[in-house]
Amino acid sequence: MASAVSSLNKAGPRTHTTRATRDSDWVRWTLTGVALLFLAGFVLLPLGAVFAEALRKGWAVFFASFIDPDALAAIRLTLITTLVAVPANVVFGVAAAWCITKFSFRGKSVLITLIDLPFAVSPVIAGLIFVLVFGLQGWLGHYINAENPWFPWLQQWLVEKDFKIIFATPGIILATIFVTFPFVARELIPLMQAQGTDEEYAAVTLGAGGWQVFWRVTLPNIKWGLFYGIVLCNARAMGEFGAVSVVSGHIRGETNTMPLHVEILYNEYQFSAAFSVASLLALLAIVTLVLKSFIEWRHSRTHA
Amino acid sequence: MSTRTARTILPGFGLSLGFTVFYLSLIVLIPLSAAFIKTSAMSWSEFTDAVASPRVLASYRVSFGISFLAAAVNAFFGLIVAWVLVRYPFPGKRVVDALVDLPFALPTAVAGIALTAIYARNGWAGFLEPLWAGGVGRLEQWIPWGNWAEWLGLKIAFDRPGIFIALTFIGLPFVVRTLQPVLEEMEPELEEASATLGATRWQTIRRVILPELAPALITGFAMAFARALGEYGSVVFIAGNMPMHSEITPLLIITKLEQYDYQGATAIAVVMLIASFVLLLLINLLQKWSRRHHKI
Repeated sequence: MASAVSSLNKAGPRTHTTRATRDSDWVRWTLTGVALLFLAGFVLLPLGAVFAEALRKGWAVFFASFIDPDALAAIRLTLITTLVAVPANVVFGVAAAWCITKFSFRGKSVLITLIDLPFAVSPVIAGLIFVLVFGLQGWLGHYINAENPWFPWLQQWLVEKDFKIIFATPGIILATIFVTFPFVARELIPLMQAQGTDEEYAAVTLGAGGWQVFWRVTLPNIKWGLFYGIVLCNARAMGEFGAVSVVSGHIRGETNTMPLHVEILYNEYQFSAAFSVASLLALLAIVTLVLKSFIEWRHSRTHA
Repeated sequence: MSTRTARTILPGFGLSLGFTVFYLSLIVLIPLSAAFIKTSAMSWSEFTDAVASPRVLASYRVSFGISFLAAAVNAFFGLIVAWVLVRYPFPGKRVVDALVDLPFALPTAVAGIALTAIYARNGWAGFLEPLWAGGVGRLEQWIPWGNWAEWLGLKIAFDRPGIFIALTFIGLPFVVRTLQPVLEEMEPELEEASATLGATRWQTIRRVILPELAPALITGFAMAFARALGEYGSVVFIAGNMPMHSEITPLLIITKLEQYDYQGATAIAVVMLIASFVLLLLINLLQKWSRRHHKI
């Protein structure tokens, strides 16, 4: 489903200059007006509202909301989560795209559908399933409380260390990995499919080893697609709310990511502080869009 | 024959496929199966009690109904936006095109509080309320029967219209982004031929262009609908979250979790998962249809 939201693999536009394909001026201006009004109302207005609300009480209040220790902890947790989740999904995305596009095997289309699965799952349910596996009511909890476990030493270790996944950082990371799971793979698969395998064959014929082929031939070919996938994956990882909200436990200064911190501030009626932290996330969204447009522009120039 | 020998000379098949399947199972398949395993331990009456109690049924009505409405509005305006972005030149087009993806890049919690700030009673769109109320007043003058104020609902934020606005916002990129490539690849010759055969522009649009766009349009609609069904972050801030009235199903799952009703939460989640999987299947079939449609 992400492929529809954004993909590098687009055809160039065709020119429509003949009379038969041109609409009359009033149709053109009406439709353009409707489209722009719709986008202004639904996209530009909320974006503007974030910054206006953040700065409503002045710059001093704006910056004070970032110096707050809880806000700093939230920013740090968001960065840690992203730094684990994005590389994990990059390694997976490259491996998945490699086996799907360079080889043919049975069950390939099933595999592609399964990779898409997390996009069809509500973020709330993504959080819930990790609670079911790793929560104290779930499989891990059963194991910790089991009378005759398979590995008693493991059970003892888990109890001694008070090992927690849910309501702690590992759960937040797992939920984030789940919701950002398909981004890199979805971007690379069509790209590498279009590129085929000729260059890799040539490299192997010339005596290159497996990793040499990957680093010297494949990676340079897919670098923009990979970067594109990373940008989208990163935006979602930093901004994820629903899934993280279920597994976080909302402990201030400990298990709050930036979006959760925004929620807490908002529910405490600290609107300026909430919108200040939110404006940082909105800035991230704008940077994402700029990078995305830049990569698309680079891509269309090299493939023109 | 050549592909057969060639297939074996590239290294890394075992490693990459093995890792892919392992990681997929660990992150996606095993946790997802936990929901189904947990539900299968329930008796049938426990299950139906959990997924068909009046409050849950009301939440399905809110979630499915408003998601459908939002996806329909997105299909209509998305078609116009995609058409304008592909066909008409205007200054600032690149920026507008990039902005279409904003609902996708903006964290949902941020979208939620921003939309609430706009549509709350004392918010940015507060100036709309006299207009809105005035319109209702006039309606009551013209058509005096019935309680128009109640039917149309004077509130936007903290009520159902708020949910509609949030779901329209988050579904916005889907229709535009599925239609754009199809529109770009559409051959101008089709329209020229239609014009040569004597069709008016409107006839060409209705008989040639729209049927050509239909598969992509339905795909985009289904994607926006699927996304809206699961959405949580942007809705909770603006919905008011009144049980039986403006409570969406994902929120109900969280409410059950907070009450430590893990079984109830999981049962509802399984219903939603099945709905999403059916939609995903439908979208895949639609995309296949669309691809075949465009090859011929």
